[in-house]
Amino acid sequence: MTVSTELELQSFVLLRLGERRFAVSANQIAELVAPSRVFRFPHRTPKLEGVILRRGRILPVCDVSEMLLGKRLTSRRFYLIAVRNYGAQKEWVAMPVSGECELINAEMMAAAESDASHVAGWLSHDGDVIEVLNLDTLTPGPEQALAEAAARQRPEVRP
Amino acid sequence: MRLAAPLKASPAKTEQIILFRVSGQLFAVSSSSVQEVRSADSISGAATNISAPGLRKVRHVLRRGDRSLFIVNGAMHFGLHAAEGAQLFVLRKTRTALLIDGIEKMTTMTRLQALPLSFCHEERQWYRGLTALDQTVVPVVHPEGFLSPEELALLDAALLQADKTASEDLEGTSSA
Repeated sequence: MTVSTELELQSFVLLRLGERRFAVSANQIAELVAPSRVFRFPHRTPKLEGVILRRGRILPVCDVSEMLLGKRLTSRRFYLIAVRNYGAQKEWVAMPVSGECELINAEMMAAAESDASHVAGWLSHDGDVIEVLNLDTLTPGPEQALAEAAARQRPEVRP
Repeated sequence: MRLAAPLKASPAKTEQIILFRVSGQLFAVSSSSVQEVRSADSISGAATNISAPGLRKVRHVLRRGDRSLFIVNGAMHFGLHAAEGAQLFVLRKTRTALLIDGIEKMTTMTRLQALPLSFCHEERQWYRGLTALDQTVVPVVHPEGFLSPEELALLDAALLQADKTASEDLEGTSSA
């Protein structure tokens, strides 16, 4: 008897941020849209630039490039509109990207414990190993605010 | 996958709002939340100084009988460039008088969208939500969001201390 291993192919959207490519599960992606006016107003949440108006809805714009690349994008060609889970609730978030996106089928390898929290897994494509992003930890939300508040309250460790 | 069209609500419920500017930035407030609009000059004689530790946005208090209204500098509250406020909103059912640049106009909003959950810091107390007006997005402020209960407690303590010092000074003067 031979045992065959079936590959579990899933759909991913490959996005480009600067020189690097990342992947997001395709079922988390709504659409790719041309940049539109960002409306800014005072707030205290890091990584959020403001909001855009899209089909009568107001969507937050979250630039994840600084966290992933260590610098902000110098040019942005599109907004990738993705779904972000907040417990039982879901909301759309617009992420600026610097190039066209591509839909691929690939097998995802699970993230290791040592990987950063924003890494949902890894996939191999065109000779590259690409991070699959976990948008729920990459973009701000109440759970991050709670973690930040807890970190602020944690007593300093002294030698 | 496409974004679903926004839910069509039955006859839109409208709300009268006042658009105003703080340090050049546009905000909205429900007109029913504004009890009075005064010019900043008109209250300069009536306001007294107050200083609560760590609370730079409140420098003055207006006494009205046994009620105290704390004058909140809108620019400092929102972390905008400091600006000399020209007008004052006395906000109904609060102890806040908000210093603003000026009123832009009065208008009607038909839809208030909840602040997206990505916004997860103090702004959740500041704003009731966002509204789209003439292809622009305006945050609608929460009248009770300018002073938290903790900040009000700090201000009350500072007020009490100021009153105590003033009465001690008065006693000192009269006994001398």
